[in-house]
Amino acid sequence: MLKLDEIQMRLLREVADLHKVPEGAYNIRSNSQSAGRQSTANIEITPKTDVSGLDIRIKPGTKNESVHIPVVMTQSGLTELVYNDFYIGEGADVTIVAGCGIDNCGPKDSEHDGIHRFYVGKNARIRYVEKHYGSGSGTGKRILNPGTEVYQEEGSSVEMEMVQIKGVDDTNRTTTAELAKGAKLVVRERLMTHGSQRAISTYVVSLNGEGASADVVSRSVARDDSYQKFDAKLVGNAACSGHTECDSIIMDKGRILAVPGLEANDVDAALVHEAAIGKIAGDQIIKLMTLGLTEQEAEEQIINGFLK
Amino acid sequence: MIELQNVSFAVDSESQEKEILRDVSLTIGDGRLVVITGPNGGGKSTLARLIAGVEQPSSGRILYNGEDITSLSITDRAKKGIGFAFQQPVRFKGIQVLDLLRIAAGKQITAADACNYLVQVGLCARDYIDREVNASLSGGELKRIEIATVLAKAPSLSIFDEPEAGIDLWSFQNLIQVFEGMRQNIRGSSILIISHQERILSIADEIVVLREGRVAAHGPRDEILPGLIGTQSAVPECRKTIVKKDEVAVC
Repeated sequence: MLKLDEIQMRLLREVADLHKVPEGAYNIRSNSQSAGRQSTANIEITPKTDVSGLDIRIKPGTKNESVHIPVVMTQSGLTELVYNDFYIGEGADVTIVAGCGIDNCGPKDSEHDGIHRFYVGKNARIRYVEKHYGSGSGTGKRILNPGTEVYQEEGSSVEMEMVQIKGVDDTNRTTTAELAKGAKLVVRERLMTHGSQRAISTYVVSLNGEGASADVVSRSVARDDSYQKFDAKLVGNAACSGHTECDSIIMDKGRILAVPGLEANDVDAALVHEAAIGKIAGDQIIKLMTLGLTEQEAEEQIINGFLK
Repeated sequence: MIELQNVSFAVDSESQEKEILRDVSLTIGDGRLVVITGPNGGGKSTLARLIAGVEQPSSGRILYNGEDITSLSITDRAKKGIGFAFQQPVRFKGIQVLDLLRIAAGKQITAADACNYLVQVGLCARDYIDREVNASLSGGELKRIEIATVLAKAPSLSIFDEPEAGIDLWSFQNLIQVFEGMRQNIRGSSILIISHQERILSIADEIVVLREGRVAAHGPRDEILPGLIGTQSAVPECRKTIVKKDEVAVC
């Protein structure tokens, strides 16, 4: 168990900040195999029998526990489709750390398509962190297509942090959420694309219950010849509030398409969308240069801060 | 020592060349506190930007400690010890006050050191050190942080472009203490301040009056200031916003 090489360990550090076996419940998936798995008294992880993936059941009332389910791939040409279902019991309060790192040194494409479904019980709270990272000098692409479905019961709260900073050549992310009365969803997405990478992120958040709220904010940087599309739709079906924001920096020949989408089906639905795309302000670079940074160093600082 | 030799600066305005500075020659010695004043549009901010390297002169030379820096970049000038506090400070999404002060100091200063700079500009350090330098800060807070970045950089020549603008809630006395502290703490430090404020003019060693792009007067404070009192070039703080060009201020 847990026989991981240097590259796999490095990927684990990048995507899940793991330096050793995590505390609490975990499953580490390496090259389509489980390299280690542990359940706890309150969190049960079982492999699915019909398809590849896991069922993760968190007992009602579980507090201050965490689940780590990182994925690493170092074998070029591997393609996998994985279904992970999370059942979060009523009143639980847990942190879930997912993430996928691909190191592709070969000529063939490596692809991980992870479908995560969250069934969030009444008044439960989860914090979900998902980082994507790619490395390796092979000509094969590193492809990640995450699908996330969130079903929130009354009074539940979900906070999602999705990060993809480096090395993923192609990504098509789809996130859907359905919120019942008083449920709250907060999404913070950070994305940087470079080279000829392409990243598409699509959200459909349905606010179905009175007092439901969603705040979806994406910050992204598109460099070189990369392309991004951010397509965020909020659907207000009740007296609810929703906000989406796309805040992007373009550099070089980067391209970004932001597609605002608001659909109000109730007179008391209050929905807001903001989008801003532009290059780094010249004044910002000048200010940092007056503090002794070169133009390039100034750009890096501005981007690092923006994506922090 | 900074020396401007016959510096002119022109811009294209509606396909006509407009001269902002005309043949300006000026020397600021080590350890001097010099305030540049004059009517709006007289070229004061341009002069500051030329020294910092943000703009390049159309003609003339700029020497710093005897070295011709006219063609040097902003970065190179900053590395040689020139600091510049913007009139309109810049906001940065995501960059925290501590990050900015560390960049300014050029090293990984501790949070305690950074706090010290914030205290000097009258900010309760604990409340600000982790704040982002973004739109959540008021204009006055941003202005003080801007001044703190110059303190952290500890330049041998500091340029402040209207440092008092927007810091109404912070007493002038504190601002003046900052300048006095810099003179004490940074050996041989020269300070160049662009300001119309009588109270700032009254701490200058020398005053320069720029009018229509030319040096209209330059000399010791005691010589120059009396002639400015009551004009737009030396306004009491309470009247600054309502005094119009060359109008006599009555406070």
